[in-house]
Amino acid sequence: MKNMLQKRWLKTLLSLVAAYGVVQLLIAVGVINDYIQATIATICINMVLAVSLNLITGFTGQFSLGHAGFMSIGAYVCGIITVANPTLPGFLLGTLAGAVTAAVVGFLVGLPTLRLRGDYLAIATLGMSEIIRIVFLNMQITNGAAGLNGIPQFVNWTWMFLFTAGTILLIVNFLHSSHGRACISIREDEIAAEAMGINTTKYKVMSFTIGAFFAGVAGAMYASYFYFLKPDLFNFQKSVDILVIVVLGGMGSISGSIIAAVLLAVISTVLQSFPELRMVIYSLVLVIIMIFRPQGLMGSREISAALFRKWGEGLKRVFGKEKERV
Amino acid sequence: MEQFLQQLINGLSLGSIYALIALGYTMVYGIIKLINFAHCDVYMIGAYVGYACMTYFHLGLLPSMLIAMAACTLLGMAIEKIAYKPLRNATRIAVLITALGVSMFLEYGTMFFVKAEVRAYPSMTGWMAQSFQVGGVNISMLQVIIMAVTVILMILLQFIVKRTRVGRAMRAVSLDKDAAELMGINVNSTISFTFALGSALAGAAGVLVGVYYNSINPLMGMLPGIKAFVAAVFGGIGLIPGAMVGGYAIGMIETMVDGYGNSLYKDAVVFAILILILIVKPAGLLGKNTREKV
Repeated sequence: MKNMLQKRWLKTLLSLVAAYGVVQLLIAVGVINDYIQATIATICINMVLAVSLNLITGFTGQFSLGHAGFMSIGAYVCGIITVANPTLPGFLLGTLAGAVTAAVVGFLVGLPTLRLRGDYLAIATLGMSEIIRIVFLNMQITNGAAGLNGIPQFVNWTWMFLFTAGTILLIVNFLHSSHGRACISIREDEIAAEAMGINTTKYKVMSFTIGAFFAGVAGAMYASYFYFLKPDLFNFQKSVDILVIVVLGGMGSISGSIIAAVLLAVISTVLQSFPELRMVIYSLVLVIIMIFRPQGLMGSREISAALFRKWGEGLKRVFGKEKERV
Repeated sequence: MEQFLQQLINGLSLGSIYALIALGYTMVYGIIKLINFAHCDVYMIGAYVGYACMTYFHLGLLPSMLIAMAACTLLGMAIEKIAYKPLRNATRIAVLITALGVSMFLEYGTMFFVKAEVRAYPSMTGWMAQSFQVGGVNISMLQVIIMAVTVILMILLQFIVKRTRVGRAMRAVSLDKDAAELMGINVNSTISFTFALGSALAGAAGVLVGVYYNSINPLMGMLPGIKAFVAAVFGGIGLIPGAMVGGYAIGMIETMVDGYGNSLYKDAVVFAILILILIVKPAGLLGKNTREKV
């Protein structure tokens, strides 16, 4: 058993190193130019955001419309600290501080509001993120509506990769722990979970706080890579964009979130050449996918060896029948 | 005191508009439990239709408003038919994402056709441009028109919901969809009618905002939309009187914060009050708390 576990870890590690190496090589060779690199950065940030929101909405079943608020806290805290201390340790400290601040705010907001259910929680979190945005808009230290400019850029592909892979691994491991199982049981049936002795409030607040923490990390990545922040970047539309990735990929599917983050970035890059029609097509795609596949691309399944094996067996069955007929 | 009364009047006219939009949100939520994010864009389209009627066809305020209401009615029914009806049995979040998609489609579609620039409504002439003083309080005729139109529409709505067959069907469907269907009510056409009513009110609100604030743009629906929804939750979502009370309350709070406090924080105060209300009394001011049953 222990051996198998080690084997699986080794596999994950190897595939991660391979993914990192390939992109790093392509950057070094010059196949990936600055434009594509910026797209990759957006994809990584969106992955972290989507996976952390998926923990709250997809796995714990708590409908949040305020993820951009937590992202903005991480972004501003990291941005301000990095401007004051433009060194690599300064940036890492900023990231940690941003994520912890976002988590603390998430905890404080979550404690009272997570008693609410469904749409009420959605509206409360929406209100919370609007309040955060307005506060940033009126503060001195964030330079108000004009925005925070000239944040030194420390995030490159290596940091992007470390943060993204780290977030995904941590959240997947959390979901496979007993705490994660408790969160999933709340999504399935809150009353039954409570009857089974699960402290639902505790686990809801826990998943909300962890989600907020990683949204803060994503904000820090954004601040350091794109070196410019203004409050309007983190409006309602941003929260909706993150939610769209989660729902499109499939609520309760980490691999779904990852696929959808890549897919949406590709769609929006392709549509870049028609700036006027871009959002129109984007929204049409969204409505059409929702009408024909309301459970999202992956549903609640994950891409795994077992899934491929199942597909393989299905194919075998189909082809096997053909043979018999011949 | 005079300043207070002045703010009261301003708050009432702003609140009227929020109430008109909030009614559409609350009726749709009451009947299919959907936050219809596209509703605020129906309101925006209403403002544009009114603008077209007034600028290109030189119609008066009342005919323009009626045409805008008719156009919005058709639009609301079309949205329901095309986007929401195929998802009648899907999860609520899928329908919600669809609503957000429709909302974006309307916003950016309008932007594509009429361009993103801000347009100015033709200014009112004659008696509608006048204003009068009552004990030091300045009231414009437009404010009177907004309040009067709102009250008339609300009375009309109450009449339809309480006294007509289709209104009774609406109430039945919102109480229990399956039971209503068993009693021979056509649920689909009732839902369609609900969208029609709500959208007509939003269309009227769009034209009123156009003449009152004088400027419209394709994204004008976003913030008032969220605030109107806040108003609906404030009063108790799903309840028609709740939306009216909530609309006036939110309009009043916003104007008072603007007048006496810090205008930069007026939106933040509205949302903070919303969160407080939700925590203290999640069912809203007029709602009844219900225990969840297994």
